[in-house]
Amino acid sequence: MSSELARYIGMRFIQFLVVVFIAVSVNFFIPRLLPGDPIESLIARLQSAGGSQEMDSQAIIDNFREKYGLDKPMMTQYLNYWRDLFRFDMGVSLSSYPQPVSQMIRQALPWSVGLLATATLIAFTLGSVLGALLAWPRSGRIIRTIVPTLLVLSTIPFYLLAMILIYLFAVLWRIFPPGGGASPTLIMEWDWPSFVNIVHHGMLPGLAIVLGSVGIWALGMRSQTVSVLGEDYITFAEAKGLAPRRIFLRYGMRNAMLPQVTALALSLGHVVSGAVLVEVIFNYPGLGALLYNAVRGQDYFLVQGVVLILILTLAVLLFIIDLIYPLLDPRIRR
Amino acid sequence: MTAAPSPRRAFSGLRRSWSEGRIAPALIWGLSILGLIMLFCLLGPLFIEPRDALVGSVLPRQSPSAEFWLGTDAQGRDMLTLLILATPNTLKIGLIAGALGVGFGTILGLIAGNFRGWADAVIRIVADAMMTIPAIAILVIIAGNIEQMTVEIMALVVASLAWMVSTRTVRAQVLTIRERSYIEVARVNGESSLEILFREIMPNLLPFIIASFVATVATAILAVIGLEALGLGAPQEMTLGNTIYWSQQSSALLRGMWWWWLPPIIVIALISLGLFLTSIGFDRFANPRLIRA
Repeated sequence: MSSELARYIGMRFIQFLVVVFIAVSVNFFIPRLLPGDPIESLIARLQSAGGSQEMDSQAIIDNFREKYGLDKPMMTQYLNYWRDLFRFDMGVSLSSYPQPVSQMIRQALPWSVGLLATATLIAFTLGSVLGALLAWPRSGRIIRTIVPTLLVLSTIPFYLLAMILIYLFAVLWRIFPPGGGASPTLIMEWDWPSFVNIVHHGMLPGLAIVLGSVGIWALGMRSQTVSVLGEDYITFAEAKGLAPRRIFLRYGMRNAMLPQVTALALSLGHVVSGAVLVEVIFNYPGLGALLYNAVRGQDYFLVQGVVLILILTLAVLLFIIDLIYPLLDPRIRR
Repeated sequence: MTAAPSPRRAFSGLRRSWSEGRIAPALIWGLSILGLIMLFCLLGPLFIEPRDALVGSVLPRQSPSAEFWLGTDAQGRDMLTLLILATPNTLKIGLIAGALGVGFGTILGLIAGNFRGWADAVIRIVADAMMTIPAIAILVIIAGNIEQMTVEIMALVVASLAWMVSTRTVRAQVLTIRERSYIEVARVNGESSLEILFREIMPNLLPFIIASFVATVATAILAVIGLEALGLGAPQEMTLGNTIYWSQQSSALLRGMWWWWLPPIIVIALISLGLFLTSIGFDRFANPRLIRA
């Protein structure tokens, strides 16, 4: 491994650590620095919900404080928070008491990752090909009308597209279910009917994400391809008499793809933000809907846990992309 | 050497770009769409009775008719009136958040680009890290912990996550401008580094700051609407995001009340498209190297 590559990986790893540090710190400090005491408001809510005025709320509050170490100095709490995280201990859900937050997240994570990974992969591939074709002088009229339309769609947030899709395909025409991850009656197994059921439910949310993001990738790929097609080696390849298809695929697309991978890394956060809301609209059993329900139920620990996992999952993914990048771009490997 | 009369320089550049056909049709389209929305916000109130947007003021659940052009919602609000009053509110939050974000981002970008060293390293690493964090995650944490959400707090919260683009743009520009010969001339002429920053570098940053302002406002508006659609907005305000939230809460989708959620979606889409096209157009103007593309 050359020193340049080591330096590159080292920088990326620092970046990864910074993201983790920001995520954990924000998660810890924001609720504590903002005015209002979560425990007291929790008790107040419990009281008004239960209608009992008789309980000794101060004793309960003190008990909670002690249990979560809220009476200790801030720094001690902060260090404890880190220690608990390394044990995957993210507290206990308040709304589905006493289910551990980590367990609820573990149930939701595969749904989100599955939906998002599939949709993003389709959108990224489709968008890159369409964008490259748009820049290619020989491509036809159809490409030139489809891509700008997709571009217009991509300025609309995913969840608003999702609402339109639900109305068209689930209310008016009833082709796809309006929400959920699978039929409530389905017994989940590793077999064909389960798979079909899940895909059937995933079609609309997936379509919303694909329609909403394919234009972004197409736009980026188009400008990359335009500048690549202006390079001398393209002129040289044409002069050599290479087949246009070969020039397009091997010389044009291949070189334009590199910046696309960087763009993918930078836009994933945006895509995830949008997907969270899509899950809410569809009541999809992933992290987004879990987060929404946690916020609605003021489930303090669950909100924190989901947010943390959301950021960490993305950070890990980006780190992996960063590690793959040198394989694609020999200039970094040298 | 006196400072260059920057605004005039910028304007002559604008005129030249226009005559050379460098101003993209995207800019014209974008500004036209935004102009249309502004007209809707300014002229709309002349034709409506603001009271009709209050709960229970008209018959609930009416589909569009001659009396209620866009129908009414389940709580008895006239949708057209609501839309006319909600659109400027949404724009206002977006503009405040955008201005705050760009202001904050520009200052950080100037610090990073001008002073280099460890300040630059810290700002760059944090900005890069923040760009990869899904904004909604942090927005939800903050918004969920604020007891009384107001428009101003909302704008501040969103701005705190929308400064990175302008920081990166400004920093990159400061770094290239610093190397230009006229900066060298100014330095030899004995201008202090602050003078150079404000009289030589700042004016040249203007087009870039405007371009990133448009992009940031777009991000901010969508972030605000997203938070509101989750029910984390200022609940008493009439905004497009809150309208979406109310329609979701009453399952307007499944009840087939398309006139409740479709018009706000169309307005949001138009705002977003207008800002997007404007920002693409500005990018080409501010960044002539993109013109080839």
